[in-house]
Amino acid sequence: MFSMSEKELGKKWDRCLADGAIKLGTGLGLGIVFSVLFFKRHTWPISLGSGAGLGMAYANCQNNLRSHYMLHRGDKEQ
Amino acid sequence: MLRACLRGANATARKNYRRIPLTSLQQCRHYTAGESSSASKVVVAGLLTVSGGIGGTILYAKWDHKFRAAVEKNVPYSDWLLGLALGPPAQDPGLPIKKRVELAQPPSMIEKQVKKSAKKEGAEGPVKDSSPVPSKPAQSIEEASAEATHIISAISEVPSVPAPCDTEAAAVKEECKECHEHKEATAVHPAPTEPMKERPVEEVAARLAQQEQEEQDISASVSASLEDSLASSAKATLQAIGAQEAALQAIIQHTDKLKEAMEAEVLPEEKSNQWKDLEAALADRTTALNDARAALSKANESLDSLRSAIDKSKGLKISSVRPLVLAAEENLHNMVVDLDKMVMKVQSAESEAKIVSQYSELVNEAKRQFQREVSSLTPEIQANWKGLTGKLSTDDLNALIAHAHRRIDQLNRELAEQKVREKIHIDAALEQQKLEDQKALDNAVNTVLQHVKEEARLEQERKLAELREVMEAEMRTQLRRQAAAHTDHVQDVLKVQEHELKAEAEQVLSSKMLEQETRYRQLTQEQLDNFTLDMNTAYARLKGVEEAIDSHVVAEEEARKAHQLWLSVEALSYSLKTAEADVPTVPLENAAQAVRDSCRDNDFALALASALPEKSLQRGVYSEASLRARFNSLRSLARRVALIDESRNSLYQYFLSYLQAALLFEKSQEAPPSQLSSEDLDPFKLLSYASYCLEHGDLELAAKLVNQLRGEARRVVQDWLIEARLTLETRQVVSLLSAYANAVGLGTTQAP
Repeated sequence: MFSMSEKELGKKWDRCLADGAIKLGTGLGLGIVFSVLFFKRHTWPISLGSGAGLGMAYANCQNNLRSHYMLHRGDKEQ
Repeated sequence: MLRACLRGANATARKNYRRIPLTSLQQCRHYTAGESSSASKVVVAGLLTVSGGIGGTILYAKWDHKFRAAVEKNVPYSDWLLGLALGPPAQDPGLPIKKRVELAQPPSMIEKQVKKSAKKEGAEGPVKDSSPVPSKPAQSIEEASAEATHIISAISEVPSVPAPCDTEAAAVKEECKECHEHKEATAVHPAPTEPMKERPVEEVAARLAQQEQEEQDISASVSASLEDSLASSAKATLQAIGAQEAALQAIIQHTDKLKEAMEAEVLPEEKSNQWKDLEAALADRTTALNDARAALSKANESLDSLRSAIDKSKGLKISSVRPLVLAAEENLHNMVVDLDKMVMKVQSAESEAKIVSQYSELVNEAKRQFQREVSSLTPEIQANWKGLTGKLSTDDLNALIAHAHRRIDQLNRELAEQKVREKIHIDAALEQQKLEDQKALDNAVNTVLQHVKEEARLEQERKLAELREVMEAEMRTQLRRQAAAHTDHVQDVLKVQEHELKAEAEQVLSSKMLEQETRYRQLTQEQLDNFTLDMNTAYARLKGVEEAIDSHVVAEEEARKAHQLWLSVEALSYSLKTAEADVPTVPLENAAQAVRDSCRDNDFALALASALPEKSLQRGVYSEASLRARFNSLRSLARRVALIDESRNSLYQYFLSYLQAALLFEKSQEAPPSQLSSEDLDPFKLLSYASYCLEHGDLELAAKLVNQLRGEARRVVQDWLIEARLTLETRQVVSLLSAYANAVGLGTTQAP
């Protein structure tokens, strides 16, 4: 009803952040797990994991933010 | 350095420039110097050519007038030059020809008029320069022509046609007559001949009338004088004749008485009576003779005066007088004849009386002688011896007888002697008598001759007069004929003219009639049109009035409807105001429905009402204030994503855009220009413009400006834009509706 397009960005940012946080945490956690478990407490899996998590979050966020400008394959075919 | 360069350039330029003019001037001077001779040659040649041309033109113009006229016409001021050089242009001789033509015309006009008696007139009149000397032989002709003029003017019905020359001739003749009346051709009259104008008819007629009048006067006076003298002479003559008659009677009486006295044998007393009577008769005779003589002299005087009057009147030479003159002359002659006769009678009577008296004297003498003798013989015998027959004795008787015998013898002797003497005497007497008779005869012959001459002259005059009359009558008939012919001709001409004029007049009349008719038709048509127009206007007005009345009803209905509409629109606009902050208005559906209901048959309002956007109807619209507030929050967001668009939408760009927004400072509100240039399309500027507009209540412009945002900023403000658009739309529709309702209401509220 009262669609506010201005809130969308905020929402997007929220999602980004949330997603980033999740992914970062997940990556961190997995990294820690992996580094503890498999990689003799090296830090590189932690940073890998967190980096991957961050990266994924970044990509997701960017993709999310870009999603409007991206023409989907379905649309193109139409 | 630039200035130095410039200076150097200027200097070089100036140097160059200075050099070039010098050389060119030098060259020019060379040229001028070199060409000065040739230039002067050229100038001189040009001047020569021009002057030669002008001179040649002037000469040719002098020779050819047409060329001159052409030049004067075409070249300005050439006429002045040519006039200066040659004098005024020559005139062509056209006038004298015209004059001659005019001259030749009158003869043709008067040809008919003066054919007859006035051939000379016709020749005299038109020829101006012919000698107008009124010579005597022309007098009679002039008279005749004057008479002709009279006759013509009297007979002809068209007095204007006897044209100039006739009147001219008449005038000439008149004046000649006048001058003859005064003197004998003293002054030649060139005056009437010079201006050969046609005298006006009235003048001619007046002149003729005057002439006639004069003649009439003269004739009247002459006749009066003649009559007077005639009367007087007749009276005198009659008197004389009467006196002569009386004298004659007296003479005869006397003679008779004397005879009687001589021969009658009467008594002495009676004889003395007789002698007394005789004496009385003698006295009577003498008085009668005297009277007769006096009367005769008087008669002669009067006859002489009559004769002089006749001669004078003869000298006047007026035709009407002539018969009078003739009659007078005849009378005179008759009187003279009678008088002469009477005189002759008287004379014969006188001679007879003389004879008788002589005889009586002789007898008396003889008687006395005898008586003396008897008395000498018989002294006692008395005179009247015849009565004494009884008294005488025988002796006396014998003596008496002897005396008687002796007396008889004596008497016989005397008788014989007397016879002889008588013969001689008779011869002498006869001679004398013959002489006397001759004389008397001569006298008588003379008188008779005179009488006869007079009679012959009178006869001649009478014959002349008759002839003249006859001639006049003939001339009159001829002139009448001529006049008749002329009148016929004139009638023909008149008829023709009449025809022509009639045709012309009819044409004019018909054209005028046509004009009038067309005008009349035009007028009627106009009137009809006017009437129709009036009718139409009246009908239209009636219709208008009816319509007005109907429309009143309609208008009231309309007014009611308009009121309703207005009310509903007011409700709608009021409902617009119910928007609060962040809360849109109530849904406008009801109000719109009300509006729609109130304008069921008004398409415009219906259209407008249906033009309200659905969303506004369903959901309501935001107020401007809420939009403004929203915008303020939007602004910062839009600022932050100002850099993001399709091409730049990575996260890094987002970071940059955020950085830009943090670092860039712009005016929070800036008045937008009337025209946006490309640099105004910067989002920051646009936003500042938009916020300015919003602060100043111009949502439309703000929306427009915001509409210019591109990219992410636009996406961010999309909804706001939509809302703003909605609000604007609704507001526009509502304002239109209200305006319309107001208009309709205003329009309808003017009904009386």
